[in-house]
Amino acid sequence: MMKPQSEAELAEVVAGANGPLRIVGGGTRDVGRPVEGEELSTSGLSGVTLYEPGALTLVVRAGTPLGEVEAVLAGEGQRLAFEPMDHRGLLGTSGEPTIGGAVAANVSGPRRVQAGACRDFLLGVRFVDGAGRVVANGGRVMKNVTGYDLVKLMAGSWGSLGVLSELSFKVLAIPQAEATLVGRGLDPEAGVKALSVALGSPFDVSGAAHLCGGAARTQVRIEGLEASVAYRRDRLKELLPGFEAVEGADSAALWAEVRDVAPFAGQAGAVWKVSVRPSDAPGMCKALAEGGLAHQAILDWGGGLVWLLVPETGDGGAAAVRGQVAALGGHATLVRGSAALRNTVPVFQPEVPALAALSRGLRAKFDPRGILNPGLTG
Amino acid sequence: MQMPEPNTAILARKDRVVARLRDVLPGGAVISDPAETRAYECDALTAYRCAPMVAVLPGSTAEVSAVLKICHEEGVPVVPRGAGTSLAGGSLPTADCVVLGVSRMTQVLETNYADRYIRLQTGRTNLSVSGAVAEADFFYAPDPSSQLACAISGNIAMNSGGAHCLKYGVTTNNLMGVTLVLMDGTVVEIGGAHLDAGGLDLLGVICGSEGQLGVVTEATLRILRKPEGARPVLIGFDASETAGHCVSDIIRSGILPVAIEFMDRPCIEACEAFAHAGYPMCEALLIVEVEGSEAEIADQLDRIIAIARTHDPVALREAGDADEAARIWLGRKSAFGAMGQINDYMCLDGTIPVSSLPEVLRRIGELSEEYGLGVANVFHAGDGNMHPLILYNANTPGQLELCEALGAEILKLCVEVGGCLTGEHGVGVEKRDLMLHQYRPVDLEAQMAVKDVFDPEWLLNPAKVFPLTSSEARRMAAE
Repeated sequence: MMKPQSEAELAEVVAGANGPLRIVGGGTRDVGRPVEGEELSTSGLSGVTLYEPGALTLVVRAGTPLGEVEAVLAGEGQRLAFEPMDHRGLLGTSGEPTIGGAVAANVSGPRRVQAGACRDFLLGVRFVDGAGRVVANGGRVMKNVTGYDLVKLMAGSWGSLGVLSELSFKVLAIPQAEATLVGRGLDPEAGVKALSVALGSPFDVSGAAHLCGGAARTQVRIEGLEASVAYRRDRLKELLPGFEAVEGADSAALWAEVRDVAPFAGQAGAVWKVSVRPSDAPGMCKALAEGGLAHQAILDWGGGLVWLLVPETGDGGAAAVRGQVAALGGHATLVRGSAALRNTVPVFQPEVPALAALSRGLRAKFDPRGILNPGLTG
Repeated sequence: MQMPEPNTAILARKDRVVARLRDVLPGGAVISDPAETRAYECDALTAYRCAPMVAVLPGSTAEVSAVLKICHEEGVPVVPRGAGTSLAGGSLPTADCVVLGVSRMTQVLETNYADRYIRLQTGRTNLSVSGAVAEADFFYAPDPSSQLACAISGNIAMNSGGAHCLKYGVTTNNLMGVTLVLMDGTVVEIGGAHLDAGGLDLLGVICGSEGQLGVVTEATLRILRKPEGARPVLIGFDASETAGHCVSDIIRSGILPVAIEFMDRPCIEACEAFAHAGYPMCEALLIVEVEGSEAEIADQLDRIIAIARTHDPVALREAGDADEAARIWLGRKSAFGAMGQINDYMCLDGTIPVSSLPEVLRRIGELSEEYGLGVANVFHAGDGNMHPLILYNANTPGQLELCEALGAEILKLCVEVGGCLTGEHGVGVEKRDLMLHQYRPVDLEAQMAVKDVFDPEWLLNPAKVFPLTSSEARRMAAE
């Protein structure tokens, strides 16, 4: 394993590589087609470079553990508002998730539906491309239209365009209070309808999820100043008859569970992450069941993000899930599956030829030798 | 302003190109008479003008595709154009180009309140998007000052923002999908009505690429439910630096106003003379707006006022009702018009870390004295997007050049303190040659590599964004 201690060393390592590299942050997000290659760890690139709470800005090296980042921010009453998921429970991995890993996978939690994704909070990147060149893009200010926005391109590129070395973020204050309205026993259609009502209200909902199944739970979160949360909680109760309010730490626990897809963590099976129009989610789940794909489902993002737990037999539900996505619009990623399954089924949504050509073209430009996580994205 | 010499070989093909365009577009959609193409000779950066060879106004994605296919085959550069409100010369034509305007494409294709999006043709103006969903109490958040006139296509090209971006983000944070026509006429759909498209974030790189990667003909935009209400407070200070510190303290306190606007004395005086908004005469004014229910607004304003009081404000006016709120905004919203009435000015668009605000204001003051030109400051302080207005007299020989030199100094200062050359207007031709102050050649290479992939012949809006010397080899190779 190679573990450079500085960006310059990272650039040297990549420039000098004579074979494929498997890029690893904390090693907790083992997603994608398994990569054969020498392991390149970013964990030596660690530490906060600059933190200005008054400007809501944090600059941090890519290999810094997420826990460390969150602790530094919490010290000033701030946080990463995109609420990055911890994949360890779901994937059964160990180690420490890194901030670079979260960006490479564009990992966004339940607040996505209101606040935006990881990529929306990423202001600047420094990375080493496949030729060993150090490239900088963006900066550390919230508004920047100086040239192309490669920052977004790097988020969610799974290390296939460059190895991230340093990242800058917009951070936000930890709100004074949070509350969650919980409804029980709704079917998916009624659940998503309730989420849609909440998200279509003026009450600034920052989380909207429905956990399907026997003990179905529909939950809507609000955050902010204490008096404001109390006010909005009461108004939402009027809009969502039968929902009960849960406050503070109990509320936070409900969202950590959704964020980390905790209900699927201890269970066997393949796990799909599907993105569709929120109102299409219940119909999709119904069609999958009618088509013979037994599954459990968690609907986040007002219903737009569907987590599916399916038996890991045959193609792990690939044909059925991708068939639905093709009909509805959206995309599906096989987030958990055996190496054998991930070697046979495309893990990421196959692109139409014109888009695939653009993606291929970009990878060829940024990684001309094809050595950065080759094959991982399919 | 240096632009590449028009390609005489292309000009020689004009008749054939026009004929081919007329084959695929309805009558009236191809404008080739030199008297009429002059209407497209500039955008809102009127200092630079050049009538295009042809202008076309297609009405559909299919027509845009047909036009681009022809231009691709003929090797004709294409300059895409929305409403022509670019302040950076983003749609400045060259004499040998086809201007492709999407202004006839204004249809709303779908509104979906349950899933909270709108799909439309991108010639539609920004404000009319909110108008289209107002009946359901929804709105489209990004609000550039030109929102009455500017088109969504241009907003996407420039990743536009506005006063309310501190809370709601800029265009890229509210864009879910596009229909993109590549230079060879290929039509691709990127993203859609679902959040976070799979694969590489091509949507993210299209947004803000200044019309150089493809022509966006349709877009899916996130719409939001309107808050119950909003109200501003006006706070005056006897020093700009104090106002800057107050902005930092408000942001740090955990309150997220929807807007924090800043004006300095020259700007206050001009706005007051123009709009009679009742502004106090002081060195700096902040307008801070918050949203929510009446009780929430009152609570937040109380907190903001308490923070402001620790900075000894010389004036403090809380809007009691809608009329007072409108009066507080009136001066700010007429700032550009007011300044234009008293003087010629050049409007800059640099961004700085909010923490550098006091230092940057001080140094702008010093530079202003050094150059002997007045500078008025009005800007979105919450997100550090500054718009220094340099006052000069266009009729005095040498003043424009002096003004440009001072502008460049100020933008370099923004970069020096950790900011950037442009926060919302874009690079266009205006700041093209300053790019090497923010980025190293290797950084620009990486950006140009993206263009190589989307538009290998560099035919789309080719002489923009990158310094001419940096892009020269690519543009030459294309010819």
